[in-house]
Amino acid sequence: MFAGFMVNAWIVATMVAVVAGAVGFFTVLRGSAFVAHAVPQAGFAGAAGASLIGVSTFAGLGAFAVLSALAIGILGKRGRHDAMTALALVFMLGLGALFLSWNQEYASETFALLFGEVLGVSNNQLLVTGLLGVASIAAIAALYRPLLLASVVPDVARARGVGTQSMELCFLVVVAVATTMSVPVVGALLMFSLMVGAPGAARLLTKRPLLALGLSVAISLVIVWVAIAASYITNWPIGFFVGVLGAVFFVAARGFASWRRSRPGHAARAPLSTALRLEDQVRLAANGTGSRGPEGA
Amino acid sequence: MSQLEAILNGIFAPGLFTSEPVRVAFLVGGAVSVVSAVVGVFTVIRGQSFAGHSLGDLGTTGGSGAFLVGANPLWGFFSFALIGAGAMELFGVRRQQGRDMATGIVLGAGLGVAALFLYLGTVERSTTGATITILFGSMFVIRASMIPVFAGLSVLALVLVGLLYRPLLLSAVSEDIASARGVPVRAIGVSYLLAMAIAVSLSCVTIGAILSTATLIGPAAAALRVTKRPGLAFAWAGIIGLVVTWLGIVLAYDSYYWPPTGRRWPVSFFVVALILSVYLLSDLSSRLSARRVAARTTKAP
Repeated sequence: MFAGFMVNAWIVATMVAVVAGAVGFFTVLRGSAFVAHAVPQAGFAGAAGASLIGVSTFAGLGAFAVLSALAIGILGKRGRHDAMTALALVFMLGLGALFLSWNQEYASETFALLFGEVLGVSNNQLLVTGLLGVASIAAIAALYRPLLLASVVPDVARARGVGTQSMELCFLVVVAVATTMSVPVVGALLMFSLMVGAPGAARLLTKRPLLALGLSVAISLVIVWVAIAASYITNWPIGFFVGVLGAVFFVAARGFASWRRSRPGHAARAPLSTALRLEDQVRLAANGTGSRGPEGA
Repeated sequence: MSQLEAILNGIFAPGLFTSEPVRVAFLVGGAVSVVSAVVGVFTVIRGQSFAGHSLGDLGTTGGSGAFLVGANPLWGFFSFALIGAGAMELFGVRRQQGRDMATGIVLGAGLGVAALFLYLGTVERSTTGATITILFGSMFVIRASMIPVFAGLSVLALVLVGLLYRPLLLSAVSEDIASARGVPVRAIGVSYLLAMAIAVSLSCVTIGAILSTATLIGPAAAALRVTKRPGLAFAWAGIIGLVVTWLGIVLAYDSYYWPPTGRRWPVSFFVVALILSVYLLSDLSSRLSARRVAARTTKAP
């Protein structure tokens, strides 16, 4: 399981899990699961096109993911956001189908692009994935406070001069970058599952934003590691394990949260930080820093 | 006369109207897109695009499961779309807040299972074409013997929407008013999910499981751009759905002679591309007319 050819797979998958957990936290917070679903599938069309003309898969993926993210952000501003997202998404998938139908040996490649392929990760792919991963983590770290404000309490964000519109675009681009690095490994259809399942579970377990972010990364690491091991043993596609484990974690977290709520005397024992909703905590912290300067949190 | 013939031959490639698979595609594809366009009007009004899309993606799971056990894919699409609708309802599709999450979780798990089924199916039968057929559809391989089944399910979906028309409209405008008037909002929501599941599983067969959203959302969203009256929107959505599908079939049939030669482009690609362009055009025209109205009102005080 840890043989030479598997080492790259473990490293790449770990990076993907960290990035997906972090980016996914904001996806869940902003309620943009649909966007997280759409952008990877647009990337699928790009990857299919790239393999048709013989360019690197990453180039195609990246170009299409960023373009579709920007298109959703700009076109969706007016009118019906979700309808536009849905149509952009299926058009990209249709385009992917067209590219693949032009290609001679398409069936197995379609499967890998849609459902993921961890084995056979080259050193070159490792390098690109690493660079993109560092870029998205850096972007999340740099944008953490304004993005959190804009996602959770847009009115406070606007009052402090944080543009919610530009934050939306920044976030979409980060999703696109995270997509580009992850799709070759977990597949276009399952990328989304990782970006929603783990953070969704984390969000149910704690209401403190930074803790939820950390928990989200931790859960997504567990999901990916277990998925690789299980996929190695059974030879079944990794996407199956990622998708099912995401749902299992979410359901378990839901059960745990409702059990904790229903315990007698829960409200009396709970410290203030868990009694407040995440929105209120962010609001409080934002007001606190207003008097103490930008460094306090 | 021969010139006219040449032009007609250029548009409709020879053999288009005499080929049996093409006739079935025209009939079934057309009917299915009308049904899903009509059902889709409420999907757009209720803001359930993501749910509609997820039903299609879950259909992938069903279709691949049916492929694995060797059953007709339509029943796979249908039963899994039903299961998906039930799960989403259970997880709280009604509340706007948790809706995205619930849909996403169900969808993720379903796609994971689909990956497994497709893998097992291809291992067992060593045929790989099924992945493409299930995901992206192929209108030209629908058997004529399936026409009655398609017709029956289409009628069922249309009847459901007809029965639900008034309460759906009311609860789309305001859930509170609707429940104050004694409309069973939850039951209506569930029945509507059922209609959506039927429409989606039908279009899973024609244009493919992960593209079925296009015929559900696209024509309806475009129609609602053109008109605000719900009755007219249904008519527009149906017409747009029918036209794009038929045009898509004709173009796909012609594309046999286009580069890179020797292969037909997928029908689904044309249908989806046409739907997106119709939506963008309708969006543009509605914005232009809004600007004209605004200009007129500012000029004449």
